[in-house]
Amino acid sequence: MTDLTLPVSLQGVELVRSVRTPARLEYTYTAGVATTRFLTGIAAGKILGERAPGGKVYVPSRGADPQLGVPTTEQVELPSVGTLVSFCVVNVAFYGQGMEIPYTSGLILLDGADLALMHLIQECPVADVHIGMRVEAVWVDAADLGPTLESIRYFRPNGEPDAEVIQPGAGVTW
Amino acid sequence: MADDPGVLSAPLIIEYPFTRTTGPVIGAFLTGLREGLLLGIRTGDGRVVIPPTEYDSATGEELHELVEVGPGGVVDTWAWVRDPMPKHPLAVPFAWALVRPDGADVGFLQAVDAGSLDAMATGMRVRPRWAAQREGTIHDLECWEPEG
Repeated sequence: MTDLTLPVSLQGVELVRSVRTPARLEYTYTAGVATTRFLTGIAAGKILGERAPGGKVYVPSRGADPQLGVPTTEQVELPSVGTLVSFCVVNVAFYGQGMEIPYTSGLILLDGADLALMHLIQECPVADVHIGMRVEAVWVDAADLGPTLESIRYFRPNGEPDAEVIQPGAGVTW
Repeated sequence: MADDPGVLSAPLIIEYPFTRTTGPVIGAFLTGLREGLLLGIRTGDGRVVIPPTEYDSATGEELHELVEVGPGGVVDTWAWVRDPMPKHPLAVPFAWALVRPDGADVGFLQAVDAGSLDAMATGMRVRPRWAAQREGTIHDLECWEPEG
């Protein structure tokens, strides 16, 4: 460290060694028409997917089929039940996490959907979480429903036998 | 589309909680601000620069001697901000100014709360306005105001 001469008035006081310099970006996120349809469904306690002309059901739908490049044409209500197709056990704390570690984040392929949703997996020890596990959504109370995925608190095992997992996208050819 | 009343929108705030180490010289400068003092550093040719630097900008030589400057100072040059932005240090119209504290040989960029454009002049005398709660950051020096 540099050999510094301090003015007499600062000798003996505790020196500043670091400063907090948070970087903050404030956006307004606009959901767009397709995601608005999905979130409006969530606020009503329904999971709405959209079917494209090729037959695929996307949830949440972006309003178009990324494979065919055409708009989705039919709204499909999906059940709150699906299969865990991938997951991650989070063991590392990070700023803004808001969850007690360890916890599990999973990709859930709802029955009848061709695109998996990401959500929390709870009511299951992290060591027991596995691909193929059948899960169901646990919703907030009806009075607390809103246009946010937080209207679903988490997914939990529903006790059904494991399903065979076909990865989303398997068999897709370009 | 964002104005379509049927389309949802929501605030999205992204924040990264950086902590930056100051090094010995800026650390001493910020310590000074916390204690209500302005510190410059003496260069090889005897000038005093503020904020202090670890090295002489002309020769690259390491610098060692922190000196107290101010508290009063002179406005070397300035620009008036008629419509302050949310991130500006003051919510009322103010001047960005190069303020050269007494005993320093260069000015540094600071906000001057002069009340009105007419009260600003190159060469005017100013004094620091310190924050009520000081924590060892640049915000400890709230702004400058006209002397007298």
